[in-house]
This record gives sequence, structure tokens and C-alpha cells, in this order.
Amino acid sequence: MRTKKIAFLGVFLALALICSYVESLIPFSFGIPGVKLGLANIVVVIMLYTAGAKEAVCIGTLRILLSGFLFGNMFGILYSLAGGLLSFFVMYAVLRTEKFGVIPVSVCGGVSHNIGQLTVAVLVVENYRIYSYLPVLLFAGILTGFLIGVAAQEVIFRIRKV
Amino acid sequence: MKKRIGRKDLILIGVLLAAAFLIWLIITRMQPAAGASAVVTVDGDVYGTYPLSQNQEIPIMKGEKRTNLLVIKDGKADITEADCPDRLCVHQKPISMTNETIVCLPNKVVVSIEGSTESGIDSIAN
Repeated sequence: MRTKKIAFLGVFLALALICSYVESLIPFSFGIPGVKLGLANIVVVIMLYTAGAKEAVCIGTLRILLSGFLFGNMFGILYSLAGGLLSFFVMYAVLRTEKFGVIPVSVCGGVSHNIGQLTVAVLVVENYRIYSYLPVLLFAGILTGFLIGVAAQEVIFRIRKV
Repeated sequence: MKKRIGRKDLILIGVLLAAAFLIWLIITRMQPAAGASAVVTVDGDVYGTYPLSQNQEIPIMKGEKRTNLLVIKDGKADITEADCPDRLCVHQKPISMTNETIVCLPNKVVVSIEGSTESGIDSIAN
């Protein structure tokens, strides 16, 4: 059982890394700096439902560190970690209420991810004016969170059946 | 688990959209006017204030190294050169309205636009 779990988590980590890589290939820019689809978050959402919270946060953090070293830089890791961890805890809190489905959980994750990144950006450059990006990033978070939620939900339904 | 999206789900997403819209309204209300000058900050300290009425090129130096080039043209401020790898600041559109910003995160450079009313104190301080 334990070895099976280790293998399972390894596959998930590989999948998350591939998602990061694919995303770094596509110039998926909405014309606004910092707005990304967040493809790797599909894996985190799926894991929240199928593998558990502890596993999801482990894989999410490892994925950010690894993809940061592979495709990004130290700054990128800092922003991603702030966004990723905040988004994970918000998603977990929404999930634990057991009132909402996959899509709103993912939407809350997307929004809080962008809030977390923006907050780190404000702290790093020590200029609160950057918060004027907030509305754009909120809308972007809702949109990308919705798309990720739809995709993750379809996978979750099918994984559960197996 | 059969149901894909329920009523509660839609309500939550609706509330988030409404909140985002509200914040957008508040922030756009706060920055209605055309700005008068571009303020450059590096590492959180003011590097310089430049009037938008005057066409000019300002190299932003960090020690000996030129990190960014700020160009003011036709009342708009734009960063046209940067030494960072992603060059996100170069891709950002020229700014001219108050509280608009261009940010270069790797170099910690922020260009923001200020109105004419509050720049009096700044220009004396500079």
C-alpha cells in the first residue's frame, strides 16, 4: 500500500511538472503581465479530491520548487510559492465546508493565487500602487479558476469511477 | 457527485465576480485624471520625478549598470529597454493616467504616474 502511494505521488508530481513545462512553452498571455492559465493547478485540484490535502500541498510545493529551478528563477519561485500556498489553503477551506463543488473551489483558488502573488510583488518592490492591478488579476483569477475547475471536475468524475 | 455545477456554486462565483467588479469600480474612481509627472522608484526609494509634458529619455541606473530605459513621449511614459530576462516591463503599455504603473520586478523598478495637485511637495523635496 505504501509503495503504491509513493508511485502514485511520483506520477502526480511528474504530471504537474509537465503541466508547468507545457505552460512555459505556450505564450498564454492575456496581454497583462502576470496573468497565466495555471495549468499545473489542475493537478493540485484533482489531488485535493482524490489523494488528500497533505499529498496535494506536498506535490504542489515540490512542483513549484522544481519547475522554478528548471524553467524559472528565484523570483519566480517566491511568487509562485506565495500564490500556490495561499491558493491551496483557501481551496482546502472552501472544500471543507462541503457546500460547494469543484468549480467554485478552483475559482477561489485562482483568485487567492493572484492575491498572494500580487501581495509578494507589493512587498518586494515596496510600492502599494501595484494594487491597481488587483481588479484585473481578480477577474483573471475567476476566469482561469473556472476553466481549471471545469477540466479538473471532468477528470475527478472519471477517476472516481475507476 | 453527478451534478456538475449547482445553485450554491453559481452564487459563490457570482459573489466573487461582484466583489471584483466593485473593487474595479473603486480603483477606477480613484484614478480619473490624466497625470502630470512620472515618478520612478528603485528599491522603494524615489529615483526621480519627470514631467510628462516634456519628451525625454531617462536611463535608470543601478550603480554602474543601466537596468531600464524610461522614455517619455507625447505625454506618455514607457519602458523601452530592460536588462532582465523576461522583459515584462517593456511589454507593458505606455502609461499616462494617475496611479497607473509599470513594474520591473527583477530590478525592483516602479514607474508610476502622479497628478499635478500633489506633486508640489515632491518637486520641492527633489
